[in-house]
Amino acid sequence: MTVVNGENILEVQGVAVVFGGLMALSNLSFQVKKGMIKAVIGPNGAGKTTLFNVITGSFPPLKGSIRFKGRSIEHLKAHKIADRGVSRTFQTVELFGNMTVLENVMLGCHTRVRASFLSSGLYLPGARRKEEEMRERAVKILKFIGLADKFEESADNLPLGEQKMLEIGRALATEPELICLDEPAAGLNETETYVASSLIKAINARGITVLLVEHDMKVIMNISDEIVVLNYGQKIAEGTPEAIRDNPRVIEAYLGSEA
Amino acid sequence: MIRIGKLPIAVFALCIIIFPWLARQITAISHYTDIMVFVGIYCLITIGLSLLMGYAGQISIGHAAFYGIGAYVSAILTTRYGLNPWFCMFIAVLITGGIAFLVGAPSLKLKGHYLAMATLAFGVIVYIIFNEEAAWTGGPDGMSGIPGLSLFGFEFDSIERYYYLVWGFVFSAFIFTVNLIQSGTGRALRAIHASEPAANAMGVDISRFKILVFVYSAILASLAGSIYAHYLNFINPSTFDLFFSIKLLIMIALGGMYNIWGAIIGAGLITFLSYEWLHYFKEFEVIVYGAILLLVTIFLPKGLAGVPEIAKGWFRR
Repeated sequence: MTVVNGENILEVQGVAVVFGGLMALSNLSFQVKKGMIKAVIGPNGAGKTTLFNVITGSFPPLKGSIRFKGRSIEHLKAHKIADRGVSRTFQTVELFGNMTVLENVMLGCHTRVRASFLSSGLYLPGARRKEEEMRERAVKILKFIGLADKFEESADNLPLGEQKMLEIGRALATEPELICLDEPAAGLNETETYVASSLIKAINARGITVLLVEHDMKVIMNISDEIVVLNYGQKIAEGTPEAIRDNPRVIEAYLGSEA
Repeated sequence: MIRIGKLPIAVFALCIIIFPWLARQITAISHYTDIMVFVGIYCLITIGLSLLMGYAGQISIGHAAFYGIGAYVSAILTTRYGLNPWFCMFIAVLITGGIAFLVGAPSLKLKGHYLAMATLAFGVIVYIIFNEEAAWTGGPDGMSGIPGLSLFGFEFDSIERYYYLVWGFVFSAFIFTVNLIQSGTGRALRAIHASEPAANAMGVDISRFKILVFVYSAILASLAGSIYAHYLNFINPSTFDLFFSIKLLIMIALGGMYNIWGAIIGAGLITFLSYEWLHYFKEFEVIVYGAILLLVTIFLPKGLAGVPEIAKGWFRR
C-alpha cells in the first residue's frame, strides 16, 4: 500500500458532456487523492469511457472543470495533457499494430525525450543519443511489464493479454503521475487477470496514481482504495469498496429495483 | 517495421554512379542518362510523398503545384532579376514551404477524401494561376531562357554532369528521409497512421507532425521543380497540371508507399514507361496508367516493394 496523503491530484468539478441530445455526463464531481487507486464503475453506457476521454483531452467538456495538480486541463489538447503527466490505455486495444513491441513503448517515451526534425534527419549525435536513451527506457519498461522476450514481435501478433500489458507499458513510458486504465482486465482469463491486477498494484507502488474503469468486481474490490459509481452519466455513490458493496443505490443500478 | 539496410543503399549508389558509363558503352541505351535525370527529379518528389502518404497516411493530389511553384519561382527570379540560381532555389524552397504551411494547416485537419479534395483544389488553382498570370509566368507559352546551373565556375552543362547533380540531391533527400523514418519522428508518423487517438494520448502533437511532413514533402517537390527548370531552361504550365499529380500517385502506388524504396522504383518505372516504352500507345497511354493503378491496388496493395514479402510468404508454404 502506498502512502495516500491528503493532496488531490485530480479534481473533476461539475463536468457535463453532451452527445447530440444525450447527457453522457451531467454535473459530475469527484476527486482523486495522490497515490491512490480509484475505480470508476457503473453499468454499460454509464459514461465511464466518456469520463476518461474528457480527462485525457479527446474532447473538452461542455461545462465544468478538470484540474490536474491544481491546474486546469479541460481546455488542453490530448498531447499537452500527456505532457503534463496524465496517460491512459484504451478499452478496445489501440496499439500501433504496424510497429514492434519495443517501438510501441519507445513511442510512449516521446513525451519526455524528443529529437528535432532536422537533427533526426541528419542523424546528428544528439539524435542518436536520444534514440539510445529511449531504447534503454523502453527496455526497462518491457522488463517491468514482463514482455522482455518479445521486443521485436509485431504488436499485432501478441495475444490479447499481452497486448493489454503492452498498452500499460506504453502509457508508463510517458512517465505519468496519473494513469487512466480503461478496462485492463476485459477479455482476459483468470491467470491474465491476476497478472494484470498485480501489475496495477506494482505501478501504484511506484507512486503513480491510478484511475481505473473495470467491470471485473473481483479486481475492483481487490485493488481499489476508493470507488465512484456512475449511472446515466451521474455519480450515484462514492466510497470505500466495502461501503459501495452494500450501497442500495448501487445494487439497484446494477440489478434493477424491485417492483 | 522494415529496417532500411545500409547495404542496399550502397549497392544502389554504386549502380547510379556507374550508370552513365554503362550507357555510353551501349548505343541502344545511350539516351537513358537523360531519362535518368528526369527519374531523379521525380524521385525527389516521390520520396517526400512516400513519407507523407505511406508513413503518415495523408493523401495529397496537389504536389504538382509545389513542383510548379519551385520551377516558376526559380524561373522568374533568374530571368527577370538575374539573381544567382542557387539563391533562387533557396527562395523557392522558402516560398513553397510557406505556402505548404498555409495550405496544410487547415486542410490537414480534414481526413481521408476531404484532404485529397482540398489538395486537388489547390493544385487546380495554382495551375490556373500559372496559365493566367501571363505578366509573370508567360501564360500558356511558358518561360524560356532560364539559365543553367554552375558551382564555383563548374558548369553543369552536359547531361552527365547534371545527372550527377540531380542524383546527389536525390541521395541527400533519401538518406535524410531514411534517418527520419528510423527516428522518433518516423515512429510518431507511423503511430498517427495506425491510431490517431492513441498517438495523441501518448503525447504526439498530431497536427504539428502532419504539417511538418506536408511542408517537408512540398520543399522536396520545390527543389525538384527548380532543378527541372534549370535543366530544360524552359517551363510551361502543362508540366504542372493535375495529371502530373496523379502520375505521382501512380508512381508511389506502383512502387509501394509503405516502403521508401517504393518511391524510387515507382518513379523509375513510370518515367521509363512514359518517356520510352509507351510511345506505341500514343494518346492511349493514359489507359495504361489506369490499368496499372487498378492492377496494383487489387493485386499488389503494397506495390512492387511489397513483392519480396509476398515471395517470402510463398516460400514458407
